Amino acid sequence: MTTQALLQVLASGLLMGLIYALIAVGLSLIFGLMDVVNFAHGEFLMTAMYVVFGLFLFTALDPVLFAPVAAAVLFCVGALAYLGIVRFAMRAKANQGMVQIFATFGLATLLQGAAQYFLTPDYRSIGNSWLGGKTLDLGGVFLPWPQMFGGLVSIAAFGGLYLLMSRTDFGKALEATREDQGAVALVGIDRNRVFALGWGLGAALVGLAGAVLAIFYYIHPQVGATFGLIAYVTVALGGFGSVFGALVAGVIVGLVEALTAAFLPPAMKSLGIFALYLGVVFIRPSGLFGKL
Amino acid sequence: MTDEALNLPPAFGMLPRRRNQLLVAAAVFAAIAVSPFAIKDVYLQNVLVLTLLYAAVSQSWNILGGYCGQISLGHALYFGIGAYATSVLFVTYGIVPWGGMLVGGILSAAIALLLGYPCFRLKGHYFSIATIVIAEIGLLLVHNWDFVGGALGIQWPFGSDSWATLQFARDKVPYIHLALALLAITWFVTFLIEGSRWGYWWRAVKDNPEAAESLGVEIFHSKMAAAAVSAFFTAIGGAFYASFLAYIDPESVMSFRFSLLFALPAVLGGIGTLWGPVVGAAILIPLTEITRSYLGGSGSGIDLIIYGGLIMLVALAKPEGILSLFQGKRQKAEGRS
Repeated sequence: MTTQALLQVLASGLLMGLIYALIAVGLSLIFGLMDVVNFAHGEFLMTAMYVVFGLFLFTALDPVLFAPVAAAVLFCVGALAYLGIVRFAMRAKANQGMVQIFATFGLATLLQGAAQYFLTPDYRSIGNSWLGGKTLDLGGVFLPWPQMFGGLVSIAAFGGLYLLMSRTDFGKALEATREDQGAVALVGIDRNRVFALGWGLGAALVGLAGAVLAIFYYIHPQVGATFGLIAYVTVALGGFGSVFGALVAGVIVGLVEALTAAFLPPAMKSLGIFALYLGVVFIRPSGLFGKL
Repeated sequence: MTDEALNLPPAFGMLPRRRNQLLVAAAVFAAIAVSPFAIKDVYLQNVLVLTLLYAAVSQSWNILGGYCGQISLGHALYFGIGAYATSVLFVTYGIVPWGGMLVGGILSAAIALLLGYPCFRLKGHYFSIATIVIAEIGLLLVHNWDFVGGALGIQWPFGSDSWATLQFARDKVPYIHLALALLAITWFVTFLIEGSRWGYWWRAVKDNPEAAESLGVEIFHSKMAAAAVSAFFTAIGGAFYASFLAYIDPESVMSFRFSLLFALPAVLGGIGTLWGPVVGAAILIPLTEITRSYLGGSGSGIDLIIYGGLIMLVALAKPEGILSLFQGKRQKAEGRS
């Protein structure tokens, strides 16, 4: 493999990795806040992709413009999922872990079924957009603009998340609630409200990722399953609850996947990620940056 | 540490509660055994076979996931190993499925022990995700392994009906009895374990590993033993499934969907209980099959809406499982918590 080809592989892997990080960070955020793994995370992504696709069909405007809309819609979806489902799952007295897994898995199945029933199982894609099909030539390394846009949105989102967590009252409330759920009630923070906002924020982040993916990826009811699994592996690799871990793990996953695909048959491209995950947790049982 | 020191009851049921459970099981299984005299419809018989099979495999999952508290979401791997070992040995080497069943079971138990070494160091979600990942690796490898048919899978040859080759093209009743036998065996094994020292150890490992360890429970060996038994019977279920379908491919025996389908009945019925997986399967499987056949096929998605909604409803409304509806009063009456 020539240096040029290797650079191409690494550049594609890096861009996809930033998008994986953006998909995973919401999952990690929610887990860090309240120890709940959302098994419907992939389906949140799918919902965001359909939101962008639908708006594109009805307004004929460019999909790039809909990223904030998708984030806003998903914020509501996330907050509602907490208020309508997860809040009750957390009240379970027996085997809470399983109840949460299956309550959110039930939601995932329901969303998938609804997409299939109302939107048909067809594969859709957004045909022409400002960025679609255009590439940036960096001395022989070609970077597709949709993926570049995704990488930039991801970096911006992580920057914004950092500011939100460190500079705002909401960020402080989030941090305090994750440290000690009982104590925050004593200083007048409504735990339920923080959780609902946390779920909204986590879903809004995956909403951004979905909006970016919709520009260059096929949209179909099962799309969430593929990215969902990658998101779980990414979060566990980085360490559950660690925002920084999600960013680093996302990039690593993207690079490893691109390298595996370059050397093994395309069907085996996930093998590298899976092997990497097992390799890491067998040595460090709580992931790269996990505190557990 | 001896049984007396742990103040355990004797392993074999002198207790009236355990004797009653045996009698109930005998009655239930006998009723299912004669049910084909009443259920002549082939479609319903098919549903019954699947219900019994999922109950049996879920019972096997329950040994590791329910009693020992290690939530595996990768049992499709063991199911697939059973199905593939049986199919390859029968189709390629002409070894009757009974032999393949045993080979698959032992192979699965051995692999479970091998994987247990690194995996049981992991806790909670890290463990569950590792089991998903390992099963997905298995699926990828089988997909790309031509010797076992690759993506195309393995078609069993058509032959005459026979108990030796487990092929019954016209009559579904033998499959009902086979699946019932598997369920009865897994139920009885679980019953024996529940009353034995292993049963107490596993529940201790699940409820409070630190306390269990300080009382001398071998946590690591407990988990390994549970994993091996659980994998063995899951593989037998896979072997049966292969002979029932007479055709397997990677997706139809090893996809992630199966891992969830093995955990679900136990969770819905009552995790870590003797009858939970049976009750869960008896409700879940007929409902899945019937919504799938009567509400416009599996493509429309309406079956998924009902299925997903039901899982959510049960998980939220009855987190201890459906069985707890009946058990609450009796346990209080007996003074057990």
